[in-house]
Amino acid sequence: MIPLSHFLIVGAILFSISVAGIFINRKNMIILLMCIELMLLAVNLNFIAFSHYLGDMAGQVFVFFILTVAAAEAAIGLAILITVFRNRRTINVQELDQMKG
Amino acid sequence: MLTSTLIPMQFAVPDFAPAIPEIFLLIGTGLVLLIDLFLKDSQRFITYVLSQAVLLITAGLVIAGFNDIYLAEAAQVTGKQSITTFSDMFVLDPMAQILKVAVLLITAGVFVYSRPYLFSREMYKGEYFTLGLFAVLGMMIMISAKTMLLIYLGLELLSLAMYALVAFRRDNGRASEAAMKYFVLGAIASGMLLYGMSIIYGVSGSLHIDHIAAYMGNHEVMQNIGLLLGLAFIIVGLGFKLGVVPFQMWIPDVYDGSPTAVTLFLGTAPKIAAFAMIIRLLVEGLGEMVQGWQQILSMLAALSFIIGNIVAIAQTNIKRMFAYSTISHMGFVLLGILAGSELGYAASMFYIITYAIIAAGGFAIIILLSRTGYEADQLNDLKGLSTRHPWYAFMMLLFLFSMAGVPPTVGFYAKLSVIQAVVSADLVWLAVIAVVMSVVGAYYYLRAIKLMYFDQPDEKDGAGKLLEPAKAGLDFNVLISANGLAVIALGILPGTLMALCVMAVKASL
Repeated sequence: MIPLSHFLIVGAILFSISVAGIFINRKNMIILLMCIELMLLAVNLNFIAFSHYLGDMAGQVFVFFILTVAAAEAAIGLAILITVFRNRRTINVQELDQMKG
Repeated sequence: MLTSTLIPMQFAVPDFAPAIPEIFLLIGTGLVLLIDLFLKDSQRFITYVLSQAVLLITAGLVIAGFNDIYLAEAAQVTGKQSITTFSDMFVLDPMAQILKVAVLLITAGVFVYSRPYLFSREMYKGEYFTLGLFAVLGMMIMISAKTMLLIYLGLELLSLAMYALVAFRRDNGRASEAAMKYFVLGAIASGMLLYGMSIIYGVSGSLHIDHIAAYMGNHEVMQNIGLLLGLAFIIVGLGFKLGVVPFQMWIPDVYDGSPTAVTLFLGTAPKIAAFAMIIRLLVEGLGEMVQGWQQILSMLAALSFIIGNIVAIAQTNIKRMFAYSTISHMGFVLLGILAGSELGYAASMFYIITYAIIAAGGFAIIILLSRTGYEADQLNDLKGLSTRHPWYAFMMLLFLFSMAGVPPTVGFYAKLSVIQAVVSADLVWLAVIAVVMSVVGAYYYLRAIKLMYFDQPDEKDGAGKLLEPAKAGLDFNVLISANGLAVIALGILPGTLMALCVMAVKASL
């Protein structure tokens, strides 16, 4: 049987990749949205692993809710992306700099 | 294997009574959404009236529930006046009720203030009101949540509605940029919060706040690396949502870029819900780890005072100035929470409610001065306001004095009570930073007052057009006057609201 720590390490690696992706990426806003999804999936992996090893269903139920919310969040994120593109004709992260101070 | 654990369960119908306000709000919002579809643009007033009615009736239902919790059997057994329902996931206690009433009434005020703004910018659409109502539903769920699942769902319902509201002005580049920044940072915050929740769940074995607290009571928590890691992630998530340094970078841009009507909403009611979320997670759930989060929160609070107040001095835009001032005010809210005493929680609760009232008034004045095609969000737009509109200038004076903490306005008493709480927790150094930085902060509030009272008004506004007198409807004028007088009245007689907060905290926690 795979020990719990293996799942947690994979979850932590996925989470770190997503955080690094958000902060290192300077080019494309769609990559930001992908990183956000990855972040939520890393959390899901954690929840499922804990849920299985604790023998408690609540964690798996939480995952269903996170998946649903993630879908809604992606929809809103893409909608905002479209308004940004319509106004700016670009989805480059570095060009989001109209406001400063 | 799993099937053996799936014993057929008795399905008990939950007690709906404690959640009646939320249920009504959900049905009402759905109806408003539906009715709005069939209205012409000229009939949009109906949507507005219906939304206000839904908010006020919901507030009435919350108030009508005040007596129930004192009569509940559980209250007599445990001494804590709270009732839970939906498998203990949803809790109704005095603190939840007071915060819900505050959220509902402040949102009703926000709708009154934002109507002229929306009207003059072709944004007078039903979506503003329905999204606002859904955000309120999210806040009410956050306030009453007793499991991490419900806290997350309430938070997301609030956040998703707010993202859409910030992007409401689709043809405006600044608004969509602000929405994108808000969305990305809000989603990161949710991710961090969830990661922390998953670790706490793994260690304690439950999502329920009370079970987590019980687990903490029986174990050595400060040596548990997993719990500390979970706590750190949760605090990062909460810090992002509340907007304290070093997680504040989205606040100025979002306040500045969103339409003022949305900034007004964003800067008031959701703060109250964020306070409730911190109380539920940190105080009720992780209360045993108070030494751990006290240290982290005192650093966040100290940084918020320093950065918030000093950077605000450099601003020329009122919305950005208020954004930085919000950051320092949220530092004060943290101050009361990290004191870790009932007095401190009550002082924070008082602070957050009165801050929401003051901030609503401050943004309302900006809305009042702006008009079609011109935003009046520069500090220079306040020049000579006292000669143009003496009464509005006096109201703005009250709001600014209150933010600065000048007696006899309520801001003074709110600051005094959180500082008292933190001094009695032996964190004098933090109190000193808070006071010194309040003095620094007084500079930029007084500068705005000087512009209003001692400078000559410009003939023309920033867009080069002749200044017209600001016009507002009767409802707006009555509410802004009531708002300003409330700031004075609560400052002279803070006893009632403070006693209510102390009672609520004592009975709930």
